[in-house]
Amino acid sequence: MSAEKSENLSWIDKRFPLTETWKAHLSEYYAPKNLNFWSFFGSLAILTLVIQIVSGLWLAMSYKPSAAEAFASVEYIMRDVEWGWLIRYIHSTGASAFFIVIYLHMFRALLWGSYRKPRELLWIIGVVIYLAMMATAFFGYLLPWGQMSFWGAQVIVNLFAAVPVVGDDLAVWVRGDYVISDTTLNRFFAFHFLLPFVLAALVFLHIVALHHVGSNNPDGVEIKAGPKGNRWSDKAPADGIPFHPYYTVKDLVGVVVFLAIFSAIVFYAPTMGGLFIEAPNFQPANPFQTPEHIAPVWYFTPYYAMLRAVPPMYGSQFPGVVVMFAAILILFALPWLDRSKVKSMRYKGPIFKVMTGLFAISFIVLAWLGLQPVDPLLTLLSQIFTAIYFAYFLLMPIYSSIDKTKPVPERVTS
Amino acid sequence: MRKLIIATLVLLLPAVGFAAGGHVELEKADIDLNDQASLQRGAKYFVNYCMACHSLSHMRYSRMADDLGIDDKSLRENLLFGDAQPTDMMKNSMRPADGEVWFGTAVPDLTLVTRWRSPDWVYTYLKSYYADPSRPYGVNNVVFPLVGMPHVLGDLQGVQEAVVEEHEGHEPTIAGVKLAQPGALAPDEYDTMVRDITAFLTYAGEPSQMERRRMGIYVLLFLGLFFIVAFALKKEYWKDVH
Repeated sequence: MSAEKSENLSWIDKRFPLTETWKAHLSEYYAPKNLNFWSFFGSLAILTLVIQIVSGLWLAMSYKPSAAEAFASVEYIMRDVEWGWLIRYIHSTGASAFFIVIYLHMFRALLWGSYRKPRELLWIIGVVIYLAMMATAFFGYLLPWGQMSFWGAQVIVNLFAAVPVVGDDLAVWVRGDYVISDTTLNRFFAFHFLLPFVLAALVFLHIVALHHVGSNNPDGVEIKAGPKGNRWSDKAPADGIPFHPYYTVKDLVGVVVFLAIFSAIVFYAPTMGGLFIEAPNFQPANPFQTPEHIAPVWYFTPYYAMLRAVPPMYGSQFPGVVVMFAAILILFALPWLDRSKVKSMRYKGPIFKVMTGLFAISFIVLAWLGLQPVDPLLTLLSQIFTAIYFAYFLLMPIYSSIDKTKPVPERVTS
Repeated sequence: MRKLIIATLVLLLPAVGFAAGGHVELEKADIDLNDQASLQRGAKYFVNYCMACHSLSHMRYSRMADDLGIDDKSLRENLLFGDAQPTDMMKNSMRPADGEVWFGTAVPDLTLVTRWRSPDWVYTYLKSYYADPSRPYGVNNVVFPLVGMPHVLGDLQGVQEAVVEEHEGHEPTIAGVKLAQPGALAPDEYDTMVRDITAFLTYAGEPSQMERRRMGIYVLLFLGLFFIVAFALKKEYWKDVH
């Protein structure tokens, strides 16, 4: 049996590097042995992407991307399609879960300094993934054709209209029409279907880059630079353990815990009190009736709060739009903003720790602020926290170089 | 860090208080979706009192009958009118344009009303009509000011009057309603009727919700067992990692 198997395998291996790939990326890919809680979110991000692609594919089998039928087709899925309600709730919950996982995954990179040399490209590919995710989510949110779908898309597309000179033409180009219409819905559906495959390709590149430079760890110590030789190989890093089976079984525990929380939401709180599915979206899109209060879904609200925090200049919202996009694009510069001598938060000084804490708080508070109706006090708070958000990045070259760091150990700690 | 979080929360407190104000307090609908008799009565009231104007255009008669334990005979005899077939959607034959002429606005479809309003809103709304001679149908509503809909259940509930609160230097506001003239039903009977309608509409907003809640527990139990296995597996493999 086993001889036969290896014969088949060698037939394949002569034509495709199956065993070689398995070894290079799983059984002989040496990850640091001290990975902790934060390292679960990488594999969970892949899981949520797969959940979204599979549930989305099944939804697409019954969904009708037309202004006349879209809303009713979603209710048809919820009522008449076998297990349709489950697939739909998995997809709607999955969207929010994907962002929660990615935000924690990115925060982990901040804690471990995983954007620093030699992982700059790994980080940049990650930010591109984040951008592609946001685009996918934006296109997808129009599809149920509810009031919030329609008016949310209206607000976001109008951001393009705020660009000086070419703005109006740009907005028409995005919509394919002078208003959000059937045409817009059709093209958003097309993009929403396409982008996840682009995402999958980017994730592939992300992993190629990761396995080329090696995984970081909570200490920010390069295990490849340390001593060689472990139980499995003389050439492997002494502090590395094979990804498979050690991290596959460990990540499995993370997957089960994640799925339990995910299922609890799907089965017992699918709208999450209006956070994951907003209440006005149970009304069909009505171009003649603006909802009382328009707010994007929670994962966009930090940027929405920043947009609203910036006062219009010369009657144009453009400055706010610039600030909003700058808040995302500044992530690309992060590897070169951090001048600290150490990578991991464990060995960074008090200023860096406080700044990172403030940054995390400002992101959460801005997310909350973006959900609230416009109010002068809240606008002031949005301005303060937007300033903190940017201060974290823009002042980083200064505070990271003057901050007192702790000595970094030679080897990873356990 | 903890101090910062507390400071932030304190800073945000007045804003939360601000956001809460300016709305009518809604009464708890206190519905029970496992009470099939309540749902059946709600369906009967809806079909008889509401459906002349309001459709449930995403709700199928047969699905409702299956879920609420209504047999084919009772469905056909009591709930189907005109040419309606069991597999039809629960739509009426009113033209949208007529609604605009009769009530000043298109009559909304109510399939999802408890999802974009809330069950409590529907319950409170149906209890909050009061006499207002300035309105075309002689009634107004506390939770839906200037509502176009007449008080269809008015004969059952009776006539309510607004309780007006005077504020020095400000416009008076309506604090609530009180019964001025009893109707065919006693107040608690009317509450039960309105609760039944609310329960039915809450069911109609998501017919799969009872199945969803029933299933969830098995999924979570399975994952609980899976966790024990996965955790034991991890422990076993990691024994020799130091």
